[in-house]
Amino acid sequence: MSSESIALNPGDESTRPIGDRLHDWVTTVDHKKLGIMYILYALVFLVIGGIEASIMRIQLIVPHNHFVSPQVFNQMFTMHGTTMIFFVAMPIMFGFGNYLVPLMIGARDMAFPRLNAWSFWLAAFGGLLLYFSFIGGDGLYGAGSAPDVGWFAYAPLTARVFSVGHSTDFWTLGLLVSGIGSIGTAANIVATILCLRCPGMTLGKMPLLAWMNLVMAALVLLAISPLTAAQIMLSLDRYLGAHFFDTQAGGSAVIWMHFFWIFGHPEVYVLVIPAFAFASEIIPVFSRKPIFGYPVMVAATVTIGFVSFTVWAHHMFTVGMNSYANSFFTISTMIVGVPTGIKIFNWIGTMWGGKIQLKTPMLFCIGFLFQFLIAGLTGIMLAVAPFDWQLGNSYFVVAHFHYVIVGAILFALFGAFYYWFPKMSGRMYNETLGKWHFWLFLIGFHLTFDFMHIPGLLGMPRRIYTYEPGRGWDTWNLIITIGVLFQAAGILVFVGNLLWSRLRGPACTTDPWDAWTLEWSTSSPPPEYNFATIPVVRSRRPLWDIKHPEDPDWKYE
Amino acid sequence: MRRRVHNRALVQGIGSKVSGIGGLIAGFLLAASLCFGGPANPSPPNMFRPASTPADAIFHISIFVLIISGVIFAVVFWLLVYVLVKFRRSAGDDGREPPQVYGSNQVELAWTVLPILVVFVLFLATARVIHSIEDARKPPEAVEVIAIGHQFWWEFRYPSLGVVTANELHVPVSDPAHPTPTFIRLLSADTDHSFWVPRLAGKTDLIPNRTNNTWIDPHEVGIYVGQCAQYCGTQHAKMLLRVYVEPPDQFKRWVQEESKPAQVSDAFSEGRRIFESMACINCHAISGTVADGRFGPDLTHLMSRETIASGAASNTPENLRLWIHDPDAIKPGSLMPAMKLTDQDLDALTAYLETLR
Repeated sequence: MSSESIALNPGDESTRPIGDRLHDWVTTVDHKKLGIMYILYALVFLVIGGIEASIMRIQLIVPHNHFVSPQVFNQMFTMHGTTMIFFVAMPIMFGFGNYLVPLMIGARDMAFPRLNAWSFWLAAFGGLLLYFSFIGGDGLYGAGSAPDVGWFAYAPLTARVFSVGHSTDFWTLGLLVSGIGSIGTAANIVATILCLRCPGMTLGKMPLLAWMNLVMAALVLLAISPLTAAQIMLSLDRYLGAHFFDTQAGGSAVIWMHFFWIFGHPEVYVLVIPAFAFASEIIPVFSRKPIFGYPVMVAATVTIGFVSFTVWAHHMFTVGMNSYANSFFTISTMIVGVPTGIKIFNWIGTMWGGKIQLKTPMLFCIGFLFQFLIAGLTGIMLAVAPFDWQLGNSYFVVAHFHYVIVGAILFALFGAFYYWFPKMSGRMYNETLGKWHFWLFLIGFHLTFDFMHIPGLLGMPRRIYTYEPGRGWDTWNLIITIGVLFQAAGILVFVGNLLWSRLRGPACTTDPWDAWTLEWSTSSPPPEYNFATIPVVRSRRPLWDIKHPEDPDWKYE
Repeated sequence: MRRRVHNRALVQGIGSKVSGIGGLIAGFLLAASLCFGGPANPSPPNMFRPASTPADAIFHISIFVLIISGVIFAVVFWLLVYVLVKFRRSAGDDGREPPQVYGSNQVELAWTVLPILVVFVLFLATARVIHSIEDARKPPEAVEVIAIGHQFWWEFRYPSLGVVTANELHVPVSDPAHPTPTFIRLLSADTDHSFWVPRLAGKTDLIPNRTNNTWIDPHEVGIYVGQCAQYCGTQHAKMLLRVYVEPPDQFKRWVQEESKPAQVSDAFSEGRRIFESMACINCHAISGTVADGRFGPDLTHLMSRETIASGAASNTPENLRLWIHDPDAIKPGSLMPAMKLTDQDLDALTAYLETLR
């Protein structure tokens, strides 16, 4: 591969009329533009979901608070959960996957560019449909109302007798539509990785990010389907007189739980495996060493993918399964800890003996490692079915899964933002602001989610709009809410940094991190179709081979 | 007196917990144990102060898991910090790349096998506790209760004792030498709920069209609080739950009182007339009268209960009057309708209900 042949002139965008440029974005089938649109769309929903969380935290700052009504509070936690999972976490992961996978495997676009655009617009439409419920939720009956059945919408609360009006239908249809988009994108990622790798890139020489996106996409294909089926069954129940989940007519509430969690647990891995992918790309570069134990990392990822389909009912330890079922889901859940632990050790092994640079992306990855360790350990606690009988559905669980989703996934995502921002925008972010973001968010995160474990141990259930004084929950809830202020400040710095750097940041070179994967061989931002000539690789770190011809990787792999 | 016992238990609890446990876990438990505040009676929920066999078994397995997790945390955290300090690029770095190491099969094998062993041990310990709690046999002396979850209150029926009550479960204290546990059959009239009193047992859901079971055998007399732990609709938050653990003779007296029909004096016939001529009787039952609704709580011995509205308010005449007049003032979104009575009728009705002892 020659590095001169790939310098393409991206063209000067800023001289074209804004209408033309907008038209380009709306009609584009370019994987990079779609990736960025996914990411921006998710960021908008991140702010909305964050506002919903803040409303809940203000309500819970003292017992018997009257900031919002119970109805509004119930809508807030439903919308917060649904938004963060389906319209923030998934699209943002798809955005990064879309942007990075073709670049990192030396392809010019995704396998199906038009399917890619179609999937994005479906996902976007799904989000709008969900939020339209705020004005259209009660349809002909009057004022709007957002869904208030909780993000896992347990039957029979979703039956028409308990959920009148149309708020639940907006939830159902929003997820159904965006779910079809997710399946499209997942199929696209699988096809891209299997068919479009550049010459020389065998599966064993793919960057770990590509491997992990492959596993993630496979999980999406398998996990979204039962959710989609369940949404259709729910609609049949609500409008065509079916009784799948209608307990008043002999239906089963527990079947809904199985459908939901056979989706819901793999979904956690759909989100966390891309986070692993970011860490697996960023930690080596800032430690100046290749990833430790590449084949083991791949094997651990694939294992997690398989095992993740055998653990779903650990969300259901309290529904009265017999002791054999509870024992099975205890052991299967604990087994997930083994490949996950291997990953943590491999990341530490990568840093071992390296020369660690604590730039913002690396800081976030270290935060990811530390918090993911704790999240994994509280996960083991929850896997112990009897312990879960106390902790399930309490604030301990809320703290645990925010440790996974915020402490691990969001931290790794912020690392990814800073790491690839120069590539996507062609400009460097501000390192000082990046560090402010990291420390503010770290402090806020720990204030909120460390202390959130304690009221759970003290018997505070989740999803309550208010609580009794004198139960020992007051102080903890106050601290938890104070943490939100720091997190919000961190997010403000982050958004400010993105905007400022995009407009005023110094231009950056092709390869600002002295990194080793193919996306750093093309210009920043990359031109349309990415590479003038398709690169040819001989190892997992093609740019290392170019930079160190005396000591190339392919001699050792 | 109660306060003192309570504090001594607390100190002992902390003492026994701190010994032998890493600083992290001790801190964790200390923080958990310190969260008291509020009145000594009823005792606040806390899974680390078990007062019943199932809760006790869970407490012990949880301490075991916390210790193992604490050790793993300490080891990996120390490794991470060590690596960060030791291998951070120094200020005067020569810019050369460090030795490129790709992995090591021996090391990978070690950190695969060790976690598998830990998981194996954890699983065996857990399976034992699951079996001991879930597969416990019901002794013939056991008290049987049917708990039925409603939006947003609890119905408790004692089929063999002929008692029906709401929101406040009374059970006898269980002497470990001659246990008299209470076995509870869990049903739901509408949506999912979950029965959770942390000091007595872990939670078990009440699911419509399904029968679940749980059991408790409290060793200490007292009032234990809990609440619905599965989101069940608008007022999930105020679906509170109390368990009164009483000495056997006191429990027996309570059963005798509760199984009698309502004793209504003629002095309050106006209130009774209002009650029986309005929608009240569609939902509420008062045994010995025409009122036999099942949608709301049984009011036969309403005044024997300390709270109304499923624990949302204490059972005073003012609260009762307000509850009938405007339930949303106490519990917005509850299914009790505002009765729109005149002040005079309201007074008469409240006076009548006050006689239901």
